[in-house]
Amino acid sequence: MSHESKPPAPDSLSTDLRRLEEIVRQLESDDTDLDRALGLFEEGVARLRAARDRLAEAEARVQKVLEDASGQLTVTDFEE
Amino acid sequence: MAEQPTALTVTQLVAQLRRAVESSLGQVWIKGEITSFKAYGSGHWYFTLRDAESAIRCVMWKTYTTRVGSLPADGTGVYALGNPTVWEERGELRLQIQVLLPTSGIGLQQLARERVRAALEKDGLLDPARKRLLPEFPRAIAVVTSPDGAALRDIITVTRRRWPSVRLLVVPAKVQGEEAPAALVRALGIVNRLPQADLCIIGRGGGAREDLIAFDDEAVCRAVAALRVPSISAVGHETDISLTDLVADLRAATPSAAVERAVPDQEDCRRHLGSLAARLAHGLERRTGLVSARLARSGDRIQVAMARRIEAPRARLDRVAGQLEALSPLRVLARGYSVARTADGRVARRRSDLPAGTSFHLRVSDGDVAARAE
Repeated sequence: MSHESKPPAPDSLSTDLRRLEEIVRQLESDDTDLDRALGLFEEGVARLRAARDRLAEAEARVQKVLEDASGQLTVTDFEE
Repeated sequence: MAEQPTALTVTQLVAQLRRAVESSLGQVWIKGEITSFKAYGSGHWYFTLRDAESAIRCVMWKTYTTRVGSLPADGTGVYALGNPTVWEERGELRLQIQVLLPTSGIGLQQLARERVRAALEKDGLLDPARKRLLPEFPRAIAVVTSPDGAALRDIITVTRRRWPSVRLLVVPAKVQGEEAPAALVRALGIVNRLPQADLCIIGRGGGAREDLIAFDDEAVCRAVAALRVPSISAVGHETDISLTDLVADLRAATPSAAVERAVPDQEDCRRHLGSLAARLAHGLERRTGLVSARLARSGDRIQVAMARRIEAPRARLDRVAGQLEALSPLRVLARGYSVARTADGRVARRRSDLPAGTSFHLRVSDGDVAARAE
């Protein structure tokens, strides 16, 4: 049983994909100097790895939310 | 005969009557019985609505008749939604009908539904401008449905196939029977207290029309409209449209279809990442001049791999990411290559960049070395 109250953070995958697209566009344009290109590439590889890790996250968790008599919410694993 | 300036023409009179009739009542529900029914090839219907004492001629245009399931027989008791007008050519009163519902069982249900729909519409809850965008990659989806229905099973299966990294938070509710509306409203209220949820699916599997009526309930619709997070309504089969479908941010034909709209497909996402990986490699190759022919060939291999349909996209992505790491400039330096930069920081690519006597910096894997051209 767990009690959670953290608001959802904006998904990192979304940020990583946007940034990757931007990096690729910049690398493909002709006005990036070498230092910058190297930096962009390094960042791109890191973001690619982060995105892949996010995709590999554990199997969908299914949980059940119940309200008890006092109005408290409890989240438990859903038994299929 | 002298002209009588005070006399109206017939046209003027009828036009005034028409204005008076149209402004006096507007759209009204009328209860009556159909007689003298006639359907024309044009799709328009003409009939009389009557009760024990009175009668009025009615017309129902094709736009509206196509929404009525079957031709009503003479003698059918109906609820009709329409507005009175005057047919100017004949100076006759007409009722223009938009909705026709039989008063028998299902008709009463439909009448109740039409009333709820009108109330929701009046409050702007059906306004397309209210519709919110769904999150691109939801982390936790609240699912309001029966805990042991087919809908939930389908939702779980499709979620695991498409996007296993999302969490499902099932908020159980009765979805049919007298207690269903109150249970659904309570469950939707709970969803608003789940800060981790970023999307809500409400629905149930297929059933008889009367099994779905909780999703036409006004309080349920208002609770859907009041959801903090974007919502998808998925009730019954493809052909069933419930009022929650109209209020939710998105209507899905079935619970499975709801998941397909709620989460992206992991294979699509991997493919997209794969193509970004390839472009990243080629982009760097073009920009740096550091990458040797051998590495360019491995870049080409990436492209070839991209073009092929891959059975195991995961393995492919791993391979691409591995090659990218091999392409990383620092790794290239680690293999013994170095980058020469002139005093002003430009990369030296040609002999002419480094005339004899020029000082420059040599970037090697673990730092810079000061150097001079001989």
